[in-house]
Amino acid sequence: MRIDSFLERSAALFPEKVALVCGERRLTYRQLDDQANRLAHGLIAAGIRRWDRVAIYLDNSPEAVVSIFAALKARGIFLVINPTTKADKVAFILNNCRAKALITDQPRLNEAVPALPGAPHLETVWLSGAEQEPGGARRTLPLDACLNGPERPGRPAEENIGVDPAALIYTSGSTGRPKGVLMTHLNMWTAADSITTYLGNTADDVILSALPLSFDYGLYQVLMAFKAGARVVLQRSFRYPFAIVDQMLREAVTGLPLVPTMASILLQMDLSKYRFPALRYITNTAAALPTHHIERLRNVFPGAKIFSMYGLTECKRVAYLPPEQIGIRPKSVGKAIPNTEVYIVNEAGERVPPGVTGELVVRGSHIMKGYWEMPEETDRILKPGPFPGEKVLYTGDLFTMDEEGYLYFVGRKDDIIKTRGEKVSPKEVEDVLYSLDGVADAVVVGVPDEVLGEAIKAVVSLRPGAQLTAQDVLHHCAKRLEDFMVPKYVEFRESLPSTATGKISRRMVAKGETA
Amino acid sequence: MQATEREILRQFVIENFLFGRENGLRDSDSFLENGIIDSTGVLELVGFLERRFGIAVADDELVQENLDSIENLTRFLAQKERHAA
Repeated sequence: MRIDSFLERSAALFPEKVALVCGERRLTYRQLDDQANRLAHGLIAAGIRRWDRVAIYLDNSPEAVVSIFAALKARGIFLVINPTTKADKVAFILNNCRAKALITDQPRLNEAVPALPGAPHLETVWLSGAEQEPGGARRTLPLDACLNGPERPGRPAEENIGVDPAALIYTSGSTGRPKGVLMTHLNMWTAADSITTYLGNTADDVILSALPLSFDYGLYQVLMAFKAGARVVLQRSFRYPFAIVDQMLREAVTGLPLVPTMASILLQMDLSKYRFPALRYITNTAAALPTHHIERLRNVFPGAKIFSMYGLTECKRVAYLPPEQIGIRPKSVGKAIPNTEVYIVNEAGERVPPGVTGELVVRGSHIMKGYWEMPEETDRILKPGPFPGEKVLYTGDLFTMDEEGYLYFVGRKDDIIKTRGEKVSPKEVEDVLYSLDGVADAVVVGVPDEVLGEAIKAVVSLRPGAQLTAQDVLHHCAKRLEDFMVPKYVEFRESLPSTATGKISRRMVAKGETA
Repeated sequence: MQATEREILRQFVIENFLFGRENGLRDSDSFLENGIIDSTGVLELVGFLERRFGIAVADDELVQENLDSIENLTRFLAQKERHAA
């Protein structure tokens, strides 16, 4: 039940098969496994010990994929940092988990250099591409030379077991600080096994993913493809949508994971002149697809089953709607995935009957171990289950269930914004706004948006005499936040509404708010 | 003097995606490599090309070679105008 065994097993079964396509590069299972073995030995030689954290700060690339498996083979815990993350947050993450190694490339290292002094535990930096000395005193090692070394060493002799931690996946927290979701090999194996079961993945699948590997949805595309011995086609982004269509046709893609924003971008093109006979399924998660998008996807991709799904990083996936139901219950996210149980509870923790709204609770062996070194936040979401010692996951999401057991999302218990399929903490964006000279008060809310799901809007009041334009505010944010967290709109107001206790009220601002 | 197409494009990119700061943007800089434009930004850019220059951008022209830098955009625009002429 090791995640690294996904690659090892497929490398043994299909050594010469192309496992990964990225731009012009095509790598076989044998090449990927050899590279991962070399880097695993390199990591160990550079001081990585069991359970040490290895941070991977790269764009979607073969190097990023190999680094994930190398960290696992070295018995480490990997974490993938979104490639658009800025220095302060990189420093927070490296420091929060006390990462010992950082695997990156020069453009991102340039961004991260100011962060390195704030990460005293970091011992080595592995640098892909041009070899230059970084601005810190860290030992720098050449990644590409290690990956392409002359030896074929095999994997390191010592192996982890299912209960060992495998990954930290950072997710937005309502407090504004990102939290590291700690997943064991067993957690991730359980999720990957369940999802590949209901999607019916086989070695014949070709999965195209433009989702970042820092996002669990993107990460699992690779894990699941390798588990099934399939091929994954990695795109660095969805920016140039025809490139996606073109590659779907050329690579005879069978599986296409989307978030609603991507579906919306795809459907802005006239795809009626193309045929996609190989496409077997489309998946959607993060937010519901609008009904008219479902209809149009079915017209453009008549041979593809559409899977509407729901999950959260803390257990990866919770529910999926069997594709034959999507015409009947387009708004439902279905029922629990295989090997998972769900129920809905009221404020007192009692199960509620069908039709009544309550919080969704999840049981299964895919539920995280907790947030990295945040016991209080962990206890708020992982609570005692039916058996002594068992923990169940309180999702913070409000749902209802119909008489037949199908789930319907109602809303969040907190103020988290869902934009482009990613969760954004308003507090995290507000903290950045408050750090701008001249800002007196700031509130961040989500407003409905056809393409993004919700768009981020910053409502700001200025100190007397301050002269700031919307562009000044956006520029300040773009320098400090990941792309998807930068507000789309800025509105200036004389003052912001506050509660009786003098606290600025996000809810009062959000009420009736539009773009 | 009338602004050249290159200058108009440059100005649009700086105003809309760099929040009015040039930040040393070179005409050859890839928008993708440098994280300048995201997926919805590309759609805004295409809308601007169509409105400002009166061209129609076909779906199969939504690729990096045409849109991913000031240089690529200028070349693409010149190509489109040659075909239209």
